[in-house]
Amino acid sequence: MDAEKLQAQFHRTLSVASAAFQKVPGSSVLTRYIQSSYQNDPVRSAIELILVLFFVRYLLSPSYSTDKQNYVKLTEDEIDELVDDWVPEPLVAEQTALEALENERIPVIVGPTGPKSKLSNGRTVTNLASYNFYNFNANEQIKEKAVQILRTYGVGPCGPPQFYGTQDVHVKAEADIAAYLGTERCIVYAQAFSTISSVIPSFCKRGDIIVADRAVNFSIRKGLEASRSVVKWFDHGDMDNLDAIMSSVAKEQAKAKRLTRRFIVTEGLFETVGDASDLPKLIELKEKHKFRLILDETWSFGVLGRTGRGLTEAQNVDPQQVDMIIGSLAGPLCAGGGFCAGAKDVVEHQRITSTAYTYSAALPAMLAVTASETVNLLQSNPEILNQCRENIKAMRAQLDPRSDWVICTSVPENPVMLLVLKPEVVQARKLGVEDQERILMDCVEEALANGVLITRLKTRPFAYAMKSPGSSSSAQPALKVCITTALSKKDIEKAGTTIRHAITKVMTRKTTSKSA
Amino acid sequence: MPGSEKLRERRPSSSKGNRLTQFFSSSPKSADNTQQALFAMQQHHLQQQHSSAPTSGISSSTVSLPTISLSTAIAENNTIDLPATKTLFEPKTAEEAERQKRADAQFGPLNHPSHLWTSKSHGRPLAAPVEDDPPQSALYTTYISYLILILIGHIRDFFGKRFGDKKRYNSLKAQNGYAPLNDDFDNFYTRRLKVRLNDCFARVATGVPGRYITLLDRESDDFNHSYRYTGTTTETLNMSSYNYLGFAQSEGPCADAVEECVRRYGITTCSPRGDAGTTDLALEVEREVANFVGKPSAMIFSMGYVTNASSFPALVSKGCLIISDELNHASIRVGARMSGAMIRSFAHNDVRSLEKVLREAISQGQPRTHRPWKKILVVVEGLYSMEGTMCDLPGVLALKRKYKFALFVDEAHSIGALGPRGRGVCDYFGVDPAEVDILMGTLTKSFGANGGYIAADKHIVDKLRATNSATQLGETPSPCVLMQILASLKMITGELCPGQGEERLQRIAFNSRYLRLGLKRLGYIVYGHDDSPIIPVMLYHPAKIPAFSHHMLNRQISVVVVGYPATPLITSRARFCVSSAHNKEDLDRLLRACDEVADEMNIKYSSGIAGGLDDLDPKYDCPIEDELAFRRSKKLIYPPRWSVEDVIERGARDAKLPLR
Ligand SMILES: Cc1ncc(COP(=O)(O)O)c(C=O)c1O
Repeated sequence: MDAEKLQAQFHRTLSVASAAFQKVPGSSVLTRYIQSSYQNDPVRSAIELILVLFFVRYLLSPSYSTDKQNYVKLTEDEIDELVDDWVPEPLVAEQTALEALENERIPVIVGPTGPKSKLSNGRTVTNLASYNFYNFNANEQIKEKAVQILRTYGVGPCGPPQFYGTQDVHVKAEADIAAYLGTERCIVYAQAFSTISSVIPSFCKRGDIIVADRAVNFSIRKGLEASRSVVKWFDHGDMDNLDAIMSSVAKEQAKAKRLTRRFIVTEGLFETVGDASDLPKLIELKEKHKFRLILDETWSFGVLGRTGRGLTEAQNVDPQQVDMIIGSLAGPLCAGGGFCAGAKDVVEHQRITSTAYTYSAALPAMLAVTASETVNLLQSNPEILNQCRENIKAMRAQLDPRSDWVICTSVPENPVMLLVLKPEVVQARKLGVEDQERILMDCVEEALANGVLITRLKTRPFAYAMKSPGSSSSAQPALKVCITTALSKKDIEKAGTTIRHAITKVMTRKTTSKSA
Repeated sequence: MPGSEKLRERRPSSSKGNRLTQFFSSSPKSADNTQQALFAMQQHHLQQQHSSAPTSGISSSTVSLPTISLSTAIAENNTIDLPATKTLFEPKTAEEAERQKRADAQFGPLNHPSHLWTSKSHGRPLAAPVEDDPPQSALYTTYISYLILILIGHIRDFFGKRFGDKKRYNSLKAQNGYAPLNDDFDNFYTRRLKVRLNDCFARVATGVPGRYITLLDRESDDFNHSYRYTGTTTETLNMSSYNYLGFAQSEGPCADAVEECVRRYGITTCSPRGDAGTTDLALEVEREVANFVGKPSAMIFSMGYVTNASSFPALVSKGCLIISDELNHASIRVGARMSGAMIRSFAHNDVRSLEKVLREAISQGQPRTHRPWKKILVVVEGLYSMEGTMCDLPGVLALKRKYKFALFVDEAHSIGALGPRGRGVCDYFGVDPAEVDILMGTLTKSFGANGGYIAADKHIVDKLRATNSATQLGETPSPCVLMQILASLKMITGELCPGQGEERLQRIAFNSRYLRLGLKRLGYIVYGHDDSPIIPVMLYHPAKIPAFSHHMLNRQISVVVVGYPATPLITSRARFCVSSAHNKEDLDRLLRACDEVADEMNIKYSSGIAGGLDDLDPKYDCPIEDELAFRRSKKLIYPPRWSVEDVIERGARDAKLPLR
């Protein structure tokens, strides 16, 4: 019936259209392509057609249509009403009682940081809370040098490293650190805390695989989060577990014929536990499964090894076998900033892609020079490290075996001694994390009352970030005692006794107050 | 050895036995108090003011003699306090002359007392600056050059990976079972485009980044892959550092205070704020910063970047919305992303676009669930470092009253650089800082120090102290940096060396307007608002980026050039950062150089719609404020191409009128 008419009309339209189409330059090429493609494989043409249509639709669709799927159309009046009705929450929540207490109790040091520090309440106390392990902070030579630099460079470099913020002293500090560590190159960041959070995402991208220790510190976690890579966790220090995870990753990728970048991220000395990684084993595993190793030496650089080069020196590993070594210049080195050391490619890549480096001002020249100086001092006076280790031993003798309440989880060379409540104590008294925090807070207060300033591990406010899927708890609350060589062995022992007694006093007092 | 160190007596300052040291060292143990330290310094400098300060004070510049600087003739310890004793031709010793030269290289003497201006809103609503467009041909050639660069890059990659130098391409290829460290797609830009400009970046400097900056000369034998330092240096006019108020100095009251501080406090506190890093000095700085910006409370950080990166997670979380200007700084973007909140953006500095986003966000609620947002945080910058635009604070605040969002203003570049009292955008617009919830800023720029701050109501800051990771775990700013902040702050407020801070504020305001007007008149396309000390000029073409930088360097001027990806592909630019340390002579030198370079490189693109025009014929009788609109209606706009001598001659007067 009408079908033929319709067809005729269709043909007419088609011929007009094709005539018009042929006038367009390049159309013959297109026609030929379509024809040949149709001959070869009609299904392909259909798919291509769909693709073209989809593309056109995509081009024509308004932007940000993705969240319009359940967009509710509203009139202006309705919107005004909703706007009037909307009540935002206050910008910040109330301080919790614990936070308020902590805020109130923060010690304020008047004058320089040293083994004996004066507090704002007028008392002078033994300072076992700063990372001033070798008391470089009181070194007159360094101060003199810093003043000299001040008088030639001023204080701030007033610009990011790419925009005239790099000064010759930064170049020198980088070379000094690289030479000290034994790596090819080194890059200095303006702050240690943000170094690794920025290094990780500049290499690890979406789809890459990272295997990380469950106990890694907050900065690393922030870096992992920012990288958007797939993160797999291995049990703290458990190399068999690590091996198993790595080989399953390697197998999976081999099967899928897909090779992504793969990294192990771990710490030299763990911030939240105090123990050390087994580097030779890590190197063995990394080479076996073709992973790259990112080692955070924030707490071990300047501490472990004969001359303080860190974990590589302590465990006799060639630093060039570790792909990236991240460390801090703000701790025992008494300068400021952080660094990442590694091969040339690794370091130069960061100069433009690592956000904390590119988008932030360079380190003040005075601090860069201080870093060079203290690295030199460590290299030329390794005996200072032994002295520190003697003091650690003396302190340990007062605490770990003698205390009924706490044990030290740090390795014997770690000047940051982390003391946690013994598992049997925690169990017997059914202490939750919050209870332990409160007890330790009282211990700190009690020690301070007796003239010894110590602190606690501050991870509780970030517990939300410190948990790794699959593990039940974040780091256990701990007391933190930082040893310094500036105190004699006798002073250290005395301080140790004070701390032990303070803990005992709080623990025996707590029993009554808790049952009450 | 360390045991003896700690007890060793503090040595008196050996470099300079000035009186300042005596003030400090007379009470080495008993009165370790920053207040006292500063008070002492103030007394000292008050006396110096009278006798003539080592840096150029206002008093020294009132008499204008072009070449002989008045402040040089008097040694530091001279206490005769009569300005009248400033004999003009008093002979100087070679040493004094040398010192003065050094001081002048860091902070230029003011050429004429009229070269001052107050940075302040003219009271009208802030209009978006007119953006001039280059001729179409410039756009096309720019696109074509990028196309060619990209093509050549790919061709070279193709052959390079197969036959090229193994070492150079290794990090791009999978080898012995490792995936390449860098995706070649990801870093294509770096390898193929940026490497061509590499010698415009990361030039190594030495000494103070003040009025002049000294660069180490370098050469490359392998097309910018590595450099050879020749061992010589070049002193260049510094148009690149964020040294807005000229506090990058190694002499003068700030440096004296810092020296004293190093001797007293050592270099660091070796501890985060949450542990044992809270010192009297840090608290003092926080109080002063809070006072300065006009907020009840403040907290400081050792890095501006991390101030943002750690504050957003402490403020907002899942279920909250961050509405961010599309051109916000990377640190804000990183912080926002880490917070877990949803992020939307609005067109740069466009209040209408912000309102549209707000209406939609509030009325639609959270995606899918339509639950109302817990909080909405709008994030803007006071002064945008690549655009030179100021945020329209009054406009945003009007919206805030209606839509009840929380407002976060990043004053990294505006603090110190804007406002009649240097207190940032609030000061510039005469807005009560209480209206802004959170004022963030960095101490890296105007204060010549390092670090950042957050200022807000007390309960907010107290909460942030407990929940902000950088406070609890990151290092504290070093005492020397803190002292630099404190001393420079006190100079700006006038507590220290009264008059000098004010002069600095007025100089940068004048310099900014003078240079901007001059560049417009020469025919450059200039972005940004009139009072902004950040002055970007458009280059467009990728090949012109390094060319401009080199031409300027040949004339001993260091400038920052930026291209994609820091800017949109098309709008590559050079950026001048004006400082109080510059004087009109410096800017004239820059203008002359810009004139020559623009002729050589053909970058006078301006069509006149954005200003720089000649005087309007008096017969039209139109107030200068409305002139631009009037001209547009009457088609009295033509490309400005002034001769540089006219620009310089007329500039000082015209910079103080509304810019036309
Ligand atoms: C808007 C803005 N915020 C923050 C920062 C970072 O400050 P800093 O260099 O002190 O890390 C900058 C610096 O470039 C900036 O422009």
